[in-house]
Amino acid sequence: MGGKQDPTANGSPKSESMGAKKASPDLLNSSFSFKSLKLKTKQQELLLRVSILGLVYVLAFIARLFSVLRYESMIHEFDPYFNYRTTLYLTEKGFYEFWNWFDSESWYPLGRIIGGTLYPGLMVTAALIYWTLRFLRFFVHIREVCVLTAPFFASNTTIVAYFFGKEIWDTGAGLVAAALIAICPGYISRSVAGSYDNEAVAIFALLLTFYLFVKAVKTGSLSWALGSAFGYFYMVSAWGGYVFIINLVPLYVLVLLITGRYSMRLYVAYNCMYILGMLLAMQIRFVGFQHVQSGEHMGAMGVFLLMQVFYFLDWVKYQLNDTKLFQTFLRITVTSAILVGGIALGVGTASGYISPWTGRFYSLLDPTYAKDHIPIIASVSEHQPTAWSSFMFDYHILLFLFPAGLYFCFKRLSDATIFIVMYGLTSLYFAGVMVRLILVATPAVCLISAIAVSATVKNLTSLLRTKQKVPQTGSTKGVGSSKSSSKVTLDQSQPFQKNGAIALLVGVFYLLSRYAIHCTWVTSEAYSSPSIVLAARGAHGNRIIFDDYREAYYWLRQNTPTDAKVMSWWDYGYQITAMGNRTVIVDNNTWNNTHIATVGRAMSSYEDEAYDIMRSLDVNYVLVVFGGVTGYSSDDINKFLWMVRIGGGVYPVIKEPDYLVNGEFRVDKGASPKMLNCLMYKLCYYRFGELVTEYGKPTGYDRARGVEIGNKDIKLEHLEEAYTTSNWIVRIYRVKPPTNRL
Amino acid sequence: MAARNWIFAVAVAVAVFLSLSTFSSAQDLQIVNAERRIDLSSHIVKAFLTLKVENIGKDPAADMLLAFPPTQIKNLAMVQALAVMGKKKKKTYLPLDVKPTEQPDAPNDAGYFLVSFATPLGPGETVTLEVLYILTHSLEPFPVEITQSESQLVYYHDSAVVLSPYHVKQQTTFFKTPSTRVESFTSVEPANRAGKEIKYGPYEDRAPYSYAPVIVHFENNSPFAVVEELVREIEISHWGSLQITENYRLTHGGARHKGVFSRVEYQSRRSITGSSSFNALLAVLPPRVNSVYYRDDIGNISTSHLRTGFKKSELEFEPRYPLFGGWRATFVIGYRVPLEDYLFEAPDGRRYLNFTFGCPLVETIVNKLTLKVVLPEGSKDPSAVLPFTVNQDLQVKYSYLDIVGRTVVVLQKDNVVPTHNVPFQVYYTFKPIYMLAEPLMLVSAFFFVFVTSLAYVHIDLNIVKK
Repeated sequence: MGGKQDPTANGSPKSESMGAKKASPDLLNSSFSFKSLKLKTKQQELLLRVSILGLVYVLAFIARLFSVLRYESMIHEFDPYFNYRTTLYLTEKGFYEFWNWFDSESWYPLGRIIGGTLYPGLMVTAALIYWTLRFLRFFVHIREVCVLTAPFFASNTTIVAYFFGKEIWDTGAGLVAAALIAICPGYISRSVAGSYDNEAVAIFALLLTFYLFVKAVKTGSLSWALGSAFGYFYMVSAWGGYVFIINLVPLYVLVLLITGRYSMRLYVAYNCMYILGMLLAMQIRFVGFQHVQSGEHMGAMGVFLLMQVFYFLDWVKYQLNDTKLFQTFLRITVTSAILVGGIALGVGTASGYISPWTGRFYSLLDPTYAKDHIPIIASVSEHQPTAWSSFMFDYHILLFLFPAGLYFCFKRLSDATIFIVMYGLTSLYFAGVMVRLILVATPAVCLISAIAVSATVKNLTSLLRTKQKVPQTGSTKGVGSSKSSSKVTLDQSQPFQKNGAIALLVGVFYLLSRYAIHCTWVTSEAYSSPSIVLAARGAHGNRIIFDDYREAYYWLRQNTPTDAKVMSWWDYGYQITAMGNRTVIVDNNTWNNTHIATVGRAMSSYEDEAYDIMRSLDVNYVLVVFGGVTGYSSDDINKFLWMVRIGGGVYPVIKEPDYLVNGEFRVDKGASPKMLNCLMYKLCYYRFGELVTEYGKPTGYDRARGVEIGNKDIKLEHLEEAYTTSNWIVRIYRVKPPTNRL
Repeated sequence: MAARNWIFAVAVAVAVFLSLSTFSSAQDLQIVNAERRIDLSSHIVKAFLTLKVENIGKDPAADMLLAFPPTQIKNLAMVQALAVMGKKKKKTYLPLDVKPTEQPDAPNDAGYFLVSFATPLGPGETVTLEVLYILTHSLEPFPVEITQSESQLVYYHDSAVVLSPYHVKQQTTFFKTPSTRVESFTSVEPANRAGKEIKYGPYEDRAPYSYAPVIVHFENNSPFAVVEELVREIEISHWGSLQITENYRLTHGGARHKGVFSRVEYQSRRSITGSSSFNALLAVLPPRVNSVYYRDDIGNISTSHLRTGFKKSELEFEPRYPLFGGWRATFVIGYRVPLEDYLFEAPDGRRYLNFTFGCPLVETIVNKLTLKVVLPEGSKDPSAVLPFTVNQDLQVKYSYLDIVGRTVVVLQKDNVVPTHNVPFQVYYTFKPIYMLAEPLMLVSAFFFVFVTSLAYVHIDLNIVKK
């Protein structure tokens, strides 16, 4: 820092660690009359701001590289493997091939029209990055691009968060927001390197759309609204979560209308964004005409029409100049508009033109809906309602700062703060309904918390500074646009004020540093595991790697006929097609519940019944995941009840109570006979009874469930063991051809 | 064998071939004594043939022919011949030139190799030759399919007598099997078996082109590691390293696995099940090797150990799964070695790379080896020098920050065995100024970024004056 500056500007940047008080020198200095220094200050401020943002940008990127350092540069989990496979296809075959791709390797024998059933935003983004890099003569592998897409977009999100924060509060809040979101575990959980999923770019697109829309509402400028429409288009192309935008934005507009904040700016912003956004979104095949045909999108259209009514009324009011006449007119118009809208909606729904809300949408509004009606949604762990602990885990101090931020927002209500409050509250509700939606709420929580941090720190520091610059109080007061800061300046008479402020500041920094420590810890311990490679600690503290998944998939890829069909539970479908390069019966797309139920039925039937089902599906290999040797708990036996439920949902022959004993799920001697002889049990425990898994335990001791298995003498009639991985995690069976009848 | 310009070698071969028809006659030579030891202990069949050749003609003979049956000629990976000089204790060996050749009157499509003597063999003189030839894919599994618990039995087809265009006065053949388990062998009296050795002969006075087919059926559980295709890429960076990337397509070339693979049996009764399978491989890498990786299409494979040494480094690694008969595994091994160990400057100012040909895996057959030497951008006039003939080609490759692309010397050879791991050279000219091209590009890019940010700070883009 240059020593030429006045002490206030000099003192505060030095103590910045979160970039929180950055705003104060900016605001203070801008009012000084030293004209010669003005440019210098601006430069210094810019330098600081840019370097803080640059550091935050880099931080957001490198904090997400734990998984690469701990493991390797690889794609994680399940869905990312599909995205990777499609991206590979896109870069190899080009866009048109990709767009028209009919994939016969999944959902055998139905196949899947990939181009029409996916959100292409992520793949196109990665392919564009890849092509750009190649154009710049950086011959990277597409896998590296895919692995690093999520961290890259997380970094970009921090920049958007900065501008958003600046828009709704001030520069300081923007910087804090950028820093908070850079390391917030709620976001990191979905954007570590390798987590190549739609959410990776979608959160960026979501925040960008919101930011541009708020900006458009604030300025009433067509260009910002246009930008927002394009942001929306990007979001639609990237993730199904765009439904949140198309419902939140109209809701926000509605609230503004109700609270009497209707303005021409709002009219321009919403109409432009809605119409253009809708038209652009229709270009995505998977979305198609849903904007005009689906119940979930009708709210936006209703608000759009309402805006026109408002505008019309405004115009009439201006023309009429007679309040009484206008009141009558208003009554008639509003009533008829609502009536017409209601009738249109009713007719549309009744005639089937407008589709009713989907199950997923219902399950968001009503947390218990999925459990009763759609077991396939309820079976996914990330669709479970959120526990308090995971809120604490993912937000840490933000959970406490959030209400504080809300308080500040309400104190300084503007169009922008109303938006962020609504965004925060609605998304937090959804986060409570589904674990994975914590992600959507994270930017809002970070932004609102940033307001709290920034406003608090700013108040406290200006309190500290008042003594030193008594002559300049006036200027501070003049600049500090927020009421709080001027209020603080007024009652400086309190005796312990300064010490109190210091104590509070120290407290804030303690909290923030705890937050940083917590985030790093969570990232490295909980969110950086690829879940393909499992790591465990050995008896001597050494790291043991279980690479069984890839062992099995690679075995399939190399040693089975290229047209072999593999049946497994749908969780592994994407991985088998991407890594094993073999046709699967069902995969994670879950678009056909009956097909999945058929597989569920096969797994829960006796072997000969299952054999008929497998023959009818042309199955050559069956793959099961079994954790009994290693103690890996998310295996197929533990998922088995969901297979029964989903299978039973379509085929009533499968009854859940048959597999339970007094409502309890067991695999030991006390298990139900149906359980002990169903295909899944047989495939998992075949010849397991000969094995000693743990010292001092009988043979066939299942370490994942901690029991000795109930059926040790398993004979297979129609299947034979084709391969079992070194730690038994994946077991592959070959379906024998039918025996000769002669 | 001394490295020499291959064009020159071809010229010599052509000259020898032309001279052959003029003054060398098959009947001028006879083989006094032939002893053949065929090592069947691995899937690479090594035959050591000791020939005592006598010139019974009137004119000096400059060369002699080695004949091979057509079934062997296509599997013949290498033929080497040494002339034994001196007596018992003071034996010295002199490598001789061996070239494949054609004979117009070859019976039954026999293949020929022409061995040129160091000095023409005068009338009445004798010379002792040591011939080594290596056969690949010559052990035929029978039964063709085996289960996990069976061990692998193979057939080996050969002749009890040496196939030769010359009269052979006395000869013996020994087959060495890997274990004492020999199911059967064709009896051509006198023939007998003792332990791991089957002895055919001695046979007296066999006419030219005598042939006595024999089949040996024996147990061979050695790893039948066959690399169907190996692409080695050696990228030269004048900034200090050679980056080597090796793409393997490995398969188990033995009896096909049939039926069940049982993990219980495999892990608990390892000694008796899966005896023909293998799961550990050893690659001999150069010393001072660093940044070694071992991965495949779907990621890193964590089962490998590297031991570095002064003479060589050893990479011990396992495929993702044990390889049973017919199972495949593809993987990539990459490593880096310091440039100064392998790149030199020739007296004429050209640079040359001196590296090892062949496959670093021990005891493996490579069906098709493609070796690509990627020269630095701006290199010119590449030429490769090898002790044996290979297909050569030039390609262009684009790598990081390349504009005109790098010249790639492609050397391609089929049927490669470990004895092909000999040094070869690639000569090229290179101007050191090209080394600076890429750093300059990066520097200018960064410079541009800084200039733009400087400009942004100094230029006020507001239209409306505040």
